[in-house]
Amino acid sequence: MNIDFSAEEKAFEAEVRQFLEEQLPQEISRKVLAGTPTSKDDHVRWQKILAEKGWAAVNWPVEYGGTGWTPTQKYIWANECAKAGAPDVVPFGMKMVAPVIYTYGNEEQKQRFLPDILNSNVWWCQGYSEPNAGSDLASLKTSAVRDGDHYVINGTKTWTTLGHYADWIFCLVRTGDANTKNQEAISFVLVDMDDPGITVSPIITLDGHREVNEIHFDNVRVPVENRIGEEGKGWTYAKVLLTHERTGIARVAHSKVRLEKLKKLATEASTGMGSLAEDSRFQSKLLDAEIELQALEFTELRTLAAVSTGKAPGPESSILKIKGTEVAQAIDELYMDVAGYYSLPFVKEQFLPDFEGEHVGPDTAANSAPKYFNNRKASIYGGSNEIQKNIICKAVLGL
Amino acid sequence: MDFSLSQEQQMLQDSVAKFVQNDYDFDTRMATVNSEANFNQDFWNLFAELGWLMVPFSEEDGGMGGGAADVMVLMEEFGKGLLMEPYVANVILSGGLISRLGSDEQKAELLGELMAGQCQWAFAFTEADSRYCLHKVNAAAEKTASTYQLNGQKAVVMNGAAADKLLVLARTSGASADRDGLSLFMVDANAGGVKRQGYKLQDGSNAAEVSFDKVELEASALLGEEGQALSAVEAVIDNACLAACAEAVGAMGVSLEKTVEYTKTRVQFGVPISKFQALQHRMADMFVEHQQAKSMLLRAVLLSEQDPAESAKAISAAKYRIGQAARRIGQESVQIHGGIAVTDELDVGHYFKRLTMLEMLFGNSDYHAQRYQELS
Repeated sequence: MNIDFSAEEKAFEAEVRQFLEEQLPQEISRKVLAGTPTSKDDHVRWQKILAEKGWAAVNWPVEYGGTGWTPTQKYIWANECAKAGAPDVVPFGMKMVAPVIYTYGNEEQKQRFLPDILNSNVWWCQGYSEPNAGSDLASLKTSAVRDGDHYVINGTKTWTTLGHYADWIFCLVRTGDANTKNQEAISFVLVDMDDPGITVSPIITLDGHREVNEIHFDNVRVPVENRIGEEGKGWTYAKVLLTHERTGIARVAHSKVRLEKLKKLATEASTGMGSLAEDSRFQSKLLDAEIELQALEFTELRTLAAVSTGKAPGPESSILKIKGTEVAQAIDELYMDVAGYYSLPFVKEQFLPDFEGEHVGPDTAANSAPKYFNNRKASIYGGSNEIQKNIICKAVLGL
Repeated sequence: MDFSLSQEQQMLQDSVAKFVQNDYDFDTRMATVNSEANFNQDFWNLFAELGWLMVPFSEEDGGMGGGAADVMVLMEEFGKGLLMEPYVANVILSGGLISRLGSDEQKAELLGELMAGQCQWAFAFTEADSRYCLHKVNAAAEKTASTYQLNGQKAVVMNGAAADKLLVLARTSGASADRDGLSLFMVDANAGGVKRQGYKLQDGSNAAEVSFDKVELEASALLGEEGQALSAVEAVIDNACLAACAEAVGAMGVSLEKTVEYTKTRVQFGVPISKFQALQHRMADMFVEHQQAKSMLLRAVLLSEQDPAESAKAISAAKYRIGQAARRIGQESVQIHGGIAVTDELDVGHYFKRLTMLEMLFGNSDYHAQRYQELS
């Protein structure tokens, strides 16, 4: 056992740093580091730069365009990206649907869909949750009824993040009859968002923004060839996808960068009689977050190391989901502490991607409360943290 | 010992509760949030008519002579409906300072107007680097013969965008964080040299950044004695803490109630989620938090009325503990509701936002924990 980087790994780190320095556009990294919103164009532009370099699909198998990196290289990559202010990979295509396609899709589907994901030509979104199927995802009602070579889809999907940008949506739909057991009636289909009968309506979140949507399907006809794998096996595929989603959710590198920035901000934050960094209660909360994050980082590394030996991420990924979101939310609260009264103003224009005026108060304070409000979603999405605990109880503890 | 409300308090509670119940549903509130003014002038006039704006002022000043308990009763009901009308900025803060420090003439004129709902006030005390420290004041008023010249900036002034008049805490002598040398000035919000940048706060209420550039003030603009303002400021901020605590207790109770109701109707895995023990215990914890918060509020109210020596300490203890409860109940209400509570359309998220703000206003939990220790 050894935590030092080898000479090759150090060289890789240097290469990554140099690449980010040269290739990451500053107008994008500036937004990411300041915590202000990034646009669709920012994400696509950056993904295309990565694709050019061959570094877009970090986790994919090499044969489909993946990097073939070791867990250590992936760790270095994630850390350097977070430090440099690279935007997060929008996960829906790259991290969610692609693994399902290359694992369960047929050859034609792989050739049809994977290159456009790799090169960010197509924006994907996720059609899982429904108004009445949240934590109990398998009770979903959106139906796909076979009609010749097509499925006719009816129903409503919700919490569709950035669905208003999307070209395609991957959906869990009900294909069995009413008597089929929930999990055996679900199929995994890919739907072109331009198909007639699809409407996208915005959901405004607590921070005043449009990030999520409801997607309505009204007799949408989808070719049967857009189904991945077997009819009725969608639940199995979805579960694999969810474990991938959960590892990404830990966002350790991102939290580390936010925590470092927080420390610096605290030294500059006046309490009237000194700086907040000298405040013992603040120090103690900061320390709790920092040490929890150290534990989480090693838990994630252990998980990654296990995955690299060929295992799919197992129920352990639930730990990453729970702790990753808890630490991130604790950091959100610390940012509000640092901002003090300046976390209170809500000036909507300040969050437009092209805003160039002066913020009310320090620009680092402006997004602290909206971020805190919005990020309460983190312990709810991707299988709520309560569901993660159920998974641990059932799959790990055998309860 | 007697924790029951007096007949007058009971009537006040009934009357505010009835108003919130009948006239202040969530849609009405959101219409106000989205309006230009951020509060409803008709409601404000109604509050004046019903005597709610008179509650804490002495009978000789034309008020109702109510104490901390009366304000508590009113604010708790306001909290239940997430009222947007700027009661604390006007009545508790500005009115509180005028009634404490004003001359008979000033009180007769200004409090009369305020209680009639005819003038909007804002108390400008925070600055960019003061955080919760009340005597860290850089805005300065320099005496020139019989007038003062005011210069400086105030940050996040609640009701500052809507205000007709500002009460400004400024330094007339001493260094930036000295306790002595602070004075209060009444400034017309539209006077020459006063610049306001108005905006909304997270809950939709209004505030402003205010700057003063060579604002000329008559000697009559001074409220109370020159250089001696701090103790009155501390006293009204303590009252504002109590009001925020009472509002939070009201809001927490509704947030809990709505969460319990929602779990009974939300079906997942074939049963209402209220059947899951994991959630039941968490709602039981929320209930316990709410009761503990209520106890701290009552304790602080009673000590502030009956034991001045213990008052500040009891108020800091309450603000600390209620702030913690507000965080927990706000977060748990959202978590147990799930995604729907992170949307703008459901009221629970708005309770969460308001509770978050109340934890922070007039000193957050950490600040008050520290103040409690210093006072011990």
